[in-house]
Amino acid sequence: METAVNRTGTEGKTWGGGNEPLKVSYGKMMMWFFILSDALTFSGFLAAYGFSRFKFINSWPIADEVFNHFPFLHGVDAPMYYVALMTFILIFSSVTMVLAVDAGHHLKKNKVILYMFLTIVGGLIFVGSQAWEWKNFIKGEYGAVETRGGNILQFVDADGHRVALKDVAIVDTHAERTRHERKNGLWFVKEPSLPSFTVNEIKNGFSAKTDLLIRTQILDEKGHKTILSREASLAKLNNEVTGVVEGANLHHNEYGSPLFADFFFFITGFHGFHVFSGVMINIVIFFNVLLGTYERRKSYEMVEKVGLYWHFVDLVWVFVFTFFYLV
Amino acid sequence: MGHDTAEHGSNIKRIWKVFFILSIVTIVEVILGIIKPDFMIETYIVRMKLLNWIFIILTIYKAYLITWAFMHMEGETKGLRRSVVWTGVFLICYLIFILLTEGDYVFEVFKNGYKSWDF
Repeated sequence: METAVNRTGTEGKTWGGGNEPLKVSYGKMMMWFFILSDALTFSGFLAAYGFSRFKFINSWPIADEVFNHFPFLHGVDAPMYYVALMTFILIFSSVTMVLAVDAGHHLKKNKVILYMFLTIVGGLIFVGSQAWEWKNFIKGEYGAVETRGGNILQFVDADGHRVALKDVAIVDTHAERTRHERKNGLWFVKEPSLPSFTVNEIKNGFSAKTDLLIRTQILDEKGHKTILSREASLAKLNNEVTGVVEGANLHHNEYGSPLFADFFFFITGFHGFHVFSGVMINIVIFFNVLLGTYERRKSYEMVEKVGLYWHFVDLVWVFVFTFFYLV
Repeated sequence: MGHDTAEHGSNIKRIWKVFFILSIVTIVEVILGIIKPDFMIETYIVRMKLLNWIFIILTIYKAYLITWAFMHMEGETKGLRRSVVWTGVFLICYLIFILLTEGDYVFEVFKNGYKSWDF
């Protein structure tokens, strides 16, 4: 059997293997380098967001106006409270994770089980909250109209408060048309869902309600959106408007630049996917802890590795929170 | 393993302390984001609002705490720490510098160049 093993003659020497210059196991070191590469992916996304924002620096949507919902408080302007709560939930699940790692060092199985369970619950609450944020963003609130040049115009009253499309439009019941569907029309032609109001209904309503004004995307020095005079509003509405926008998708965005929506979906979606996969990996490790795998190994290093990934997800969220919601 | 089992008395106190600091920093950020003090918006440092500088510095501080305390980077060897942190910081700074400079240039072209993009 001696001949089956290749001997290099370097056993026990520095280059003979089994030597750990970084004093960590292979798995943990690779987790760190995976995190490094994943951090570069996220910074690529965030830097691209910065590029687009600098490109449209004087017309970018104001985050406070976009993300101002809170569960069970309908119609209350609550800028950023919910996303701050989400941040707390994620930081707290990071704390329970690090407590699980700490308990693992002391081989306290029951404590590891408890803390990992809390971490998983926190992660699930966070993913659910993100889904809720997406729902609000996709649904939109006030609605807006879009010009031929792709700019968004919103409606405000004389005091500068936003006015919803349903309060602007005068509905013309004769002109109503139903959405074309494959089952009752041409089977090979698709039509996206129709907006609640037509451009003409908006135009008629706007001319009739004389206290309404139009707010453009352009920001003034103080960071507020520019409000046009009544004459300029009418001229802009009648000459340039081509469509009605309600909510946001990848092509249209009632809050302003469609790029804002694209990056929102992409970055928070990619982060949400990380949280989701983190929860899945946590569940696998959780069951291993329950079965006593690491108890028999006398080492909870797997909990430590998955913990590194979980903290990284929290770390990314700290940056997403700053660049999407605060700055 | 091995290297860090010895120094583990218990980190629980420190974990809660770091959580407390992270919470305070987040609360400060949210409060500043809601009230937006006038002088912080009007003061510009290197072409960026003072308020935004504060947000970014606080964010980097939070990132430092999470990496060092929660991910236990402080206990790793110098070699591992530098190969992860320095690589990331260098590449990210480089990327941000290039893309933001370019974005600002495109903005100037839209604004002052002989091109119309809103028609």
